[in-house]
Amino acid sequence: MPTRLAPVDVLVVGFGWTGAIVAQELSDAGLKVLALERGAWRDTPTHFAPTFDQDELRYYWRYELFERLAHETLTFRNDAAQTALPMRRLGSFLPGANVGGAGVHWNGQIWRFLESDFVARSHNLSRYGKVAIPDGMTIQDWGVSYRELEPHYDRFEYLCGASGKAGNLNGQIQAGGNPFEGPRSREYPNPPLQLTWPPTLFGEAASRLGYKPFPHPAANLSRAYVNPLGVQLGPCTYCGFCEKFGCGNYSKASAQTTILPVLMRKPNFTLKTECEVTKINRDSTGKRAVSVDYVDASGQIFEQPAELIVLCAYILHNVRLLLLSGIGRPYDPDTGEGLVGKNYAYQITSSINLFFDDKIMNPFIGAGAHGMICDEWNGDNFDHSRLGFIGGGYVGVVQTGARPIETHPTPEGTPSWGGTWKRAIAENYLKTMSVVTHGSVMSHRGNYLDLDPTYRDVYGRPLLRMTFDFTDNEHRMSDYITDRASEIARAMGPREIKINKRSGHYDIVPYQTTHNTGGAMMGADPKSSVVNRYLQAWDVPNLFIMGASAFPQNPGYNPTDTVAALAYWSLEAIRSQYLKSPGPLVLA
Amino acid sequence: MTSGVSRRRLIAAGLISAAPAAAGATEFRGEYPWTGGAAAPAGVGGGEAYVFFTSAEAAFVKATAARLIPKDDLGPGAVEAGVPEFIDRQLAGEFGHATRWYMQGPWSAGETTQGYQSRYTPADLYRAAIAAIDHACRREFKGETFAGLAAADQDAFLTRLEKGAVELGGIDGKAFFEMFLQNVLEGFWSDPIYGGNRDMVGWKLIGFPGARYDYAPYVSRHGERLALPPVGLEGRPSWRPR
Repeated sequence: MPTRLAPVDVLVVGFGWTGAIVAQELSDAGLKVLALERGAWRDTPTHFAPTFDQDELRYYWRYELFERLAHETLTFRNDAAQTALPMRRLGSFLPGANVGGAGVHWNGQIWRFLESDFVARSHNLSRYGKVAIPDGMTIQDWGVSYRELEPHYDRFEYLCGASGKAGNLNGQIQAGGNPFEGPRSREYPNPPLQLTWPPTLFGEAASRLGYKPFPHPAANLSRAYVNPLGVQLGPCTYCGFCEKFGCGNYSKASAQTTILPVLMRKPNFTLKTECEVTKINRDSTGKRAVSVDYVDASGQIFEQPAELIVLCAYILHNVRLLLLSGIGRPYDPDTGEGLVGKNYAYQITSSINLFFDDKIMNPFIGAGAHGMICDEWNGDNFDHSRLGFIGGGYVGVVQTGARPIETHPTPEGTPSWGGTWKRAIAENYLKTMSVVTHGSVMSHRGNYLDLDPTYRDVYGRPLLRMTFDFTDNEHRMSDYITDRASEIARAMGPREIKINKRSGHYDIVPYQTTHNTGGAMMGADPKSSVVNRYLQAWDVPNLFIMGASAFPQNPGYNPTDTVAALAYWSLEAIRSQYLKSPGPLVLA
Repeated sequence: MTSGVSRRRLIAAGLISAAPAAAGATEFRGEYPWTGGAAAPAGVGGGEAYVFFTSAEAAFVKATAARLIPKDDLGPGAVEAGVPEFIDRQLAGEFGHATRWYMQGPWSAGETTQGYQSRYTPADLYRAAIAAIDHACRREFKGETFAGLAAADQDAFLTRLEKGAVELGGIDGKAFFEMFLQNVLEGFWSDPIYGGNRDMVGWKLIGFPGARYDYAPYVSRHGERLALPPVGLEGRPSWRPR
């Protein structure tokens, strides 16, 4: 029998970005908050110090900041006809581990979704008719609008000290910003980052072609900044070790650099690390969560009761915990019934390498969200009539730093080793750059998450099983925007380019993005969603589920800003309504 | 209400001992946990003597590394950079033992999109594949091991290995080649603290300035060949007293 502990007001499961935001807000409301994190404590000076942080082997190739698959992984297959096999090594995506979660090793790419992204189904139906949504595409509206989220996007961007240039201030289009974005209530807290040559050249070429390039919105700080909690961040030094690394310089927003210095000192907040939640327990009605079971590092099992439980793990773990706890009905792709695990989606990316004879690009200088972007082909910013797909993505140059084990592009036809290869990398490394595309993935009947029938984690529990492939819609969209990106690349005048399209089946081996979404989607009614528009479980009103698991499909932007905005939106409803009268915030 | 996890199962799985457990969680409240002077620097991997490879294996690894990144008029190759010693240390450590990988069965080859599905850890794979390759070479080249072949024969053999066209008695030669090539690149370009990239020759070859902290003064110097000398996590040799 587990050891039963004293109850708390709020139990937070997982302590990354959303866990820290939830704990900060609800401890501010005077509640006694406990966060359980399965990993260990991590802080900037001890674990990401600039004296040893710029270490490509340790942090990327040996996965030091990422999830330990020996403990738990997932199984994967492209379609239900295959047998899913375990992801034995990390590759396509890199879930985080320990305090701060994946928010420690993100790039800081801090994007808002488009107004039309939140109404993807109804918007596409009304603009293009039924033909826009092919059989099997299961996209939905979110149940929350851009305008409702705007103050919460703003809040997170000011927490982070985001660097950028507004393109739409209260409906007025602003020169130099993204003219396609939804209205912002105010300018970014900090100006854009300085630019190296490659994004500058991209911006010039795109402008010549008549497009409206703008600086990539960055949670990398362009100058020193004190956030609204009183936490100070420092200016970015462009060291080129952002993505897959912690920041030793307090220049990349993370839970550690924006919230924890305040939250950790509060008397009504407790963090317990090395505590892995294994199950959410409910009362006999099944409609009330009463506690969680967790295992600590010594293998002792505890039951922790709480009035309010908030899931803040990575999306894959949120969904798995629901399935392991028997909460909600698992999705069945054959019947289309059930909702937990439905509408898993991802991101589709491609790139173009440019090789110059005479231009020194210094590709090692970089920051995670340092770049120039064109948004002409994102979402529904362009006419999709007769294109044969919906959705889109951004196109641009994001110079994150060319760490050489990962980034050493060679021209088309170069062998992958030997003297010819060596000459090619020696001649080209300083004179190359890349244009990238970053595209949406619509949800599809055959793409979903459930529990694996065969493989187990270290505790003997079923692994999550991912069934996923790109559909024709994604390939057509990605090819289309890759062609547009190639046109801009050629306009930059390189000696030659190499186009790396994303063709064929989804492959879990090469790194693409850690933008897994869906499986516990939000929506307007309990027949089509797991959580309501406030991220409250329809079936269990004292359970809230944060994170990208709520996305009904994945728009063409990086998810973190929206994940955080949704958390603040949910917390506002919890503080202003739920705490006064605990119960469903939306009547089914 | 029962949990999906039981103490009995954890004991059976060897995760915990049957003896009364020590405190297993760390609790933080009311203060920002930080200890002065504590840090988590990387382990180091230098040294000359092999700790994992046998002499026959080392001969294969040196010969192969020399073909993948040869020494030439551009400068030192993988062997001169210390790549064989780097790989030796990696195989003797966490990477070699696949400590972080999921290594539970059942085992099945699967589709290429499902990734690495071998039951071999990297250390096991190197051991088995090198023996099988030398065996295949002796059969094909009148008793010669790979290291004894002429450079042109070595290149032709590696080209076939890369394509999966060498029969190695059940060992996936293509997967081994991919891992080997990746490890060679790691040894050529990782920080010198791990034993490879000796004298930062890998970084010098391409113009990568290494583990630098601050490029802010250089961001807007567009198109300039900065020629910053590389620096590693332990500085560079010229910083040390002679």
